[in-house]
Amino acid sequence: MGEYKALNGAVLKGDINTATAEMQKAIDADKNVQDIIDNGLIAAMDEVGERFSKGLLFVPQMLRAAKTMQECMKLIEPLLQKGDVTPKGKVLIGTVRGDLHDIGKNLVSMMMESAGFMITDLGVDVPPEKFVQKAQEVEPDIVAMSALLSTTMPAMPQTIEALGKAGLRAKVKVMIGGAPVTENYAHEIRADAYASDAGSAVSKAKKLLGIS
Amino acid sequence: MIIVGEKINTSRRSIAEAVEKRDTDFIVGVAREQAEAGANYIDVNAGTFLEQEADCLCWLVETVQNSIDLPLCLDSPNPAALSEAARRHRGEPMINSISLEADRFQSLLPVVTSQPCHIVALCMSETSMPITTEERVQVGSELIKKLTDEGIPLGKIYVDPLVQPVSVDIQMGIATLNAITRLMNDFPGVNTICGLSNVSFGLPERHLINRSFLALCMASGLSAVILDPTDKKLMATLLAVDMLLGQDEYCEKYIDAYQNGTIAG
Repeated sequence: MGEYKALNGAVLKGDINTATAEMQKAIDADKNVQDIIDNGLIAAMDEVGERFSKGLLFVPQMLRAAKTMQECMKLIEPLLQKGDVTPKGKVLIGTVRGDLHDIGKNLVSMMMESAGFMITDLGVDVPPEKFVQKAQEVEPDIVAMSALLSTTMPAMPQTIEALGKAGLRAKVKVMIGGAPVTENYAHEIRADAYASDAGSAVSKAKKLLGIS
Repeated sequence: MIIVGEKINTSRRSIAEAVEKRDTDFIVGVAREQAEAGANYIDVNAGTFLEQEADCLCWLVETVQNSIDLPLCLDSPNPAALSEAARRHRGEPMINSISLEADRFQSLLPVVTSQPCHIVALCMSETSMPITTEERVQVGSELIKKLTDEGIPLGKIYVDPLVQPVSVDIQMGIATLNAITRLMNDFPGVNTICGLSNVSFGLPERHLINRSFLALCMASGLSAVILDPTDKKLMATLLAVDMLLGQDEYCEKYIDAYQNGTIAG
């Protein structure tokens, strides 16, 4: 982290003014774009996720840090050429059919994006067909599903089955989460991973794709 | 203040184990401690049992009512499970809950019109969770209208304005409080009800936030609440606030609770 200590610290604290000023400095110094993103921003967000999972940092602080990173990204985006930045992986995410809860899903989506994944968020009440159709289109590495109701959990195995029928199951890793969802349930329905919170969702996703 | 005791919920491990083993003594024990702590209804929720939910819920209804003389709050988003549990319930249950989601509304309607019951009406529309006060009031008002059109008395409807975390959107607490005020003013005689713990999601010292929120909800006119009545600090807040709002003549309940040792400062 050494080189971007001030930027890292400002992102961690959610200090938008300092972070964007530091970001501008790094850009003006002609640093490599991928390097600024990886070591300046993503490294700080990794720390945020880790502290969050340990209960050392709380949801509003996580949101604030992510907002700070987004503001920093706005400075760099106009300068980006296609291919300058390689996403860590592609994630297709949504809350399953019949379920309108989006808070947990949004937190996961935001933290994954902050970790350098490219996110396609299908929103809430997403039927299996929609997951399949979008998976065919964006060819994600991971399909992530959220359910907050015990009554909507069965839509998870149904979606996995639909992915299978479309011949996509072997091409994607499936992650699930949500208040009533458990590690056991993930095994039972043959999902590849279960994540209990937004911080661990990032580390589980990296593990699934073999990223350190 | 109508108190619904929330502890018999299979998302808690000890309850799930007791339901799995059909451990009557344990379940009756949890129901009794809540009854003794002042619960008016005992909530029963077996949602984690998925396909066996209806069986488990029915077992809970019979098990609790065989020993405790209180009505139950039948808690499930699953209309089929609620329908079976309601048939086994003696007296008037509280059905938790109906919402504006079309399937849920249509399949629960025959349940709530075929027997006398109290109904929790959740402010959730077909497509989204409410964010603003306005959205809550709009969905709540529409639910009240649809239910009263079916002949259900206003006093048996408990609108749940839906509590969401302030950690994610700082306006969520005040949006709920204002919705309670508006609904109670617009529909004199209707009840409002909510759970408390969602408000503190993602924050430290959640109990402190929850009981502060309870005080604010009560000041806004909340008439029923779903909580753990064996939480002495929470109940102390409830009784103190009820008294301060002028609803506890001679401070009787507050003093009784103190003398019985059921509240803590």
